Amino acid sequence: MRKGAFSSLAYRKNRDRVIELVLMAAALVAVFTTLAIVFILLYESSFFFEHVSIKDFLTDTQWTPLFDDAHYGIMPLVSGTLTVTFVALLVAIPLGTIIAIYLSEFSTHRTRETVKPVLELLGAVPTVVYGYFALLMVTPFLQQFMPNLPGFNMLSAGLVIGLMIVPYVASVSEDAMRAVPRYMREGSYAMGATKLQTALRVVVPGAFSGIAAAYILGISRAIGETMVVAIAAGMQPTLTFNPTEPAATITAYIVQVSLGDLPHDSIGYQSIFAAGLVLMLMTLVFNVVGFFLTRKFREAY
Amino acid sequence: MSAVMTIEELRRGLSWRKNLDKVFVVVGLLILMSCLGLLALLFLDLVRDGASRFGWDFLTQFPSRKAERAGILSAWVGTSMIMLVTALVALPVGVAAAIYLEEYAPKNWFTGVIEINVTNLAGVPSIVYGLLALGLFVYKFGFGQSVLAAGLTLALLILPIIIVGTREALRAVPKAIREAAYGLGATRWEVTKDHVLPYSTGGILTGLILGLSRAIGETAPIITIGALSFIAFLPGSPVTSEFPFVNFEWLRSEFTAMPIQIFNWVSRPDQAFQQNAAAAAAILLAMTLAMNAVAIWIRYRFRKKINW
Amino acid sequence: MNTNVVHKAETPTLSITMEERKALRATPAKAIAEKLDFWYGTNQALKNINLVIPENQVTALIGPSGCGKSTFLRCFNRMHDLQADTRYSGSIMLHPESVNLVGKDVDPIEVRMRIGMVFQKPNPFPKTVFENVAYGLRLRGFGNRTELAERVEKALRGAAIWDEVKDRLTDSALALSGGQMQRLCIARALATEPEILLFDEPTSALDPIATAKIEELITELRQRVTILIVTHNMQQAARVSDFTAFMYLGELVEVDATSKIFTNPSKKATEDYITGRYG
Repeated sequence: MRKGAFSSLAYRKNRDRVIELVLMAAALVAVFTTLAIVFILLYESSFFFEHVSIKDFLTDTQWTPLFDDAHYGIMPLVSGTLTVTFVALLVAIPLGTIIAIYLSEFSTHRTRETVKPVLELLGAVPTVVYGYFALLMVTPFLQQFMPNLPGFNMLSAGLVIGLMIVPYVASVSEDAMRAVPRYMREGSYAMGATKLQTALRVVVPGAFSGIAAAYILGISRAIGETMVVAIAAGMQPTLTFNPTEPAATITAYIVQVSLGDLPHDSIGYQSIFAAGLVLMLMTLVFNVVGFFLTRKFREAY
Repeated sequence: MSAVMTIEELRRGLSWRKNLDKVFVVVGLLILMSCLGLLALLFLDLVRDGASRFGWDFLTQFPSRKAERAGILSAWVGTSMIMLVTALVALPVGVAAAIYLEEYAPKNWFTGVIEINVTNLAGVPSIVYGLLALGLFVYKFGFGQSVLAAGLTLALLILPIIIVGTREALRAVPKAIREAAYGLGATRWEVTKDHVLPYSTGGILTGLILGLSRAIGETAPIITIGALSFIAFLPGSPVTSEFPFVNFEWLRSEFTAMPIQIFNWVSRPDQAFQQNAAAAAAILLAMTLAMNAVAIWIRYRFRKKINW
Repeated sequence: MNTNVVHKAETPTLSITMEERKALRATPAKAIAEKLDFWYGTNQALKNINLVIPENQVTALIGPSGCGKSTFLRCFNRMHDLQADTRYSGSIMLHPESVNLVGKDVDPIEVRMRIGMVFQKPNPFPKTVFENVAYGLRLRGFGNRTELAERVEKALRGAAIWDEVKDRLTDSALALSGGQMQRLCIARALATEPEILLFDEPTSALDPIATAKIEELITELRQRVTILIVTHNMQQAARVSDFTAFMYLGELVEVDATSKIFTNPSKKATEDYITGRYG
């Protein structure tokens, strides 16, 4: 057959090869991003750890890098992060799971189809807006019952973060529950069990690794949450596990420093990378566990 | 008759369990409605708080020390410019990466590494992206605290969203179409360009809009870069009146953005500023929800258009 | 289920005279498979296939599910190369130039440009009728509108569908009926003037009327192009083909003129299959 100018097989194949390299380079951007994150965190933290020993970092009970009498103990920030996360989970896990069970086992098809997109939309709300809620709506409300509650506190922040991740936990758990095959449920119904019994004794255990993955990934989100705590929990690093007190999380501290004007080479600047490193390690652990749980769940069904 | 228990015992136990069932339905529905209702309540409160500030002035004024005269002009212009950079970077890179992973990549450890990275990046806290940008873009690359740095950071942040969304869209194209094209002697790129991509555009667009709606509300990464909230000027216009009609100065300009402005105003104890924050937050929320609704609508329309 | 051997009296078209037999032996070969093996990973799917594909004849591949007939067919246009971990050994020599279609140094894309395929389920592109047929031509660099239109019409006529679509060339191909879509796919493959046309169970998804039209088409097309067809329908093989090859568990059991295979097969395995002892 006759051929046109740009259609020779050699040309088409060479063009294909070039294009494949370009596409692969784009895919490698993901790898480079991860490497860059690891590099920059370690690099800047290395300067930090020239001044501060790891022992002090882990055991000092104060975090005041910007004061004259500087202390560099990370525990106050970690305690803030953990407390807020704990409060959030107290809200998100029960509510999310119950909603998931309801949607998966009890609700009609129509209800589910209406509710699921709404849940998706809720997950898309900017966290700044949730921060506004926490500071200017939830805290005043709580202060009616707890008059001694300070304006900045971890309770409001935790509750709002919990509400914020309920759609996520519910959605992932519900997907996991729906993946449990029908025949397992039918075995239970055939014995005369009610829907609730089937849900609690057959479906939830059957979907367990998927549900656990939902919880774990929810924890990871709560740990990494920044704006709600920056706005509503205050920026005072304190070593406390009492949610009615103000405190700073790792993320809030990074924000605080960024709002200021620190010279590039100062230890204050480097301290945010050290804090970021700890944050990254914490979320990494949860993400990896969540990833393996998801995979285990997918293989089972 | 049951050997284990009498009929009466059976019935009593059964009605107890059935009541539990009903209780659970009520509880479940109640919790669902409360959560949704609570959120609706909060949003309405937001709109009410900010209602007094809505108006043309609000949209066209710069921030000011006087709450009544403060507006979000620099904020929404900044947000728009950043979104432009984000989209221009994230879309090509994300779609290209997705095409590679879906159509080209062999199933080996190397590809597995890339895919793990994409999944992992989706779970990295947004503030860590900010730290990456600060160390890398702002200082090492020397982009400074600029629109360019912010756009690149957010592009990296939403890259996993675009990649996942595009891959789903590509996967929806049936294998039979690809086989037919290969059977005629098409190369892999020709199959992708002529058949797979054209039928995936709806899904890709959905992924892009969802990614941008996420980026528009992200505060933490751009605070870390150093967005300022008292910006009383606009970055230079990209279009000039003389040759070559396009200007890149605006990329290097300092900037502010909607979420930053909200954050700044919320943090002030003055109630007037808090009203400003409410109004701006309501606007941001409306934009986000609108973008999501559009994306969902496109996804729905596109699914109906081609039935294989 | 057909338990009787096909008799000469019932199907006169299958009887073969001495002159015909001599002519058949003299038919040049279009392709010759020699010592062909094929592996999916560690699983050997084809074992030592030796088969002559005569030029401008219809050769049918029959056999029970899993015997490897589709696998063998897809070696001819290297479709297996699209999957990972597949391996060929041996050769399929395409004549007259003696190119080894499964050779390592032979480019699969070039093979696919010379060998056409029609698939089991009709798979037209979601484009117009015209564009479907023109796609293969465009790949080869034909851009001139008049020339494209000429070649598209020729292909559509060759697939016996021109009259039905000549006024609907700009309509979507998906609006056609199943049988029309399959004939469109045949036209699409014909447009690029392939040297061999492969049919992979082309009528198993179609109704009897559409099937009959396509079988008629296949018997006509052999004058223009060599045809290799896989079918699980023995009667179809008997109706349509000149030569039939019976495969079982990855091996070629017997090949001969169709009339002989269906009236007097040499191997017992073939006879058992033909008479329906197993499916």
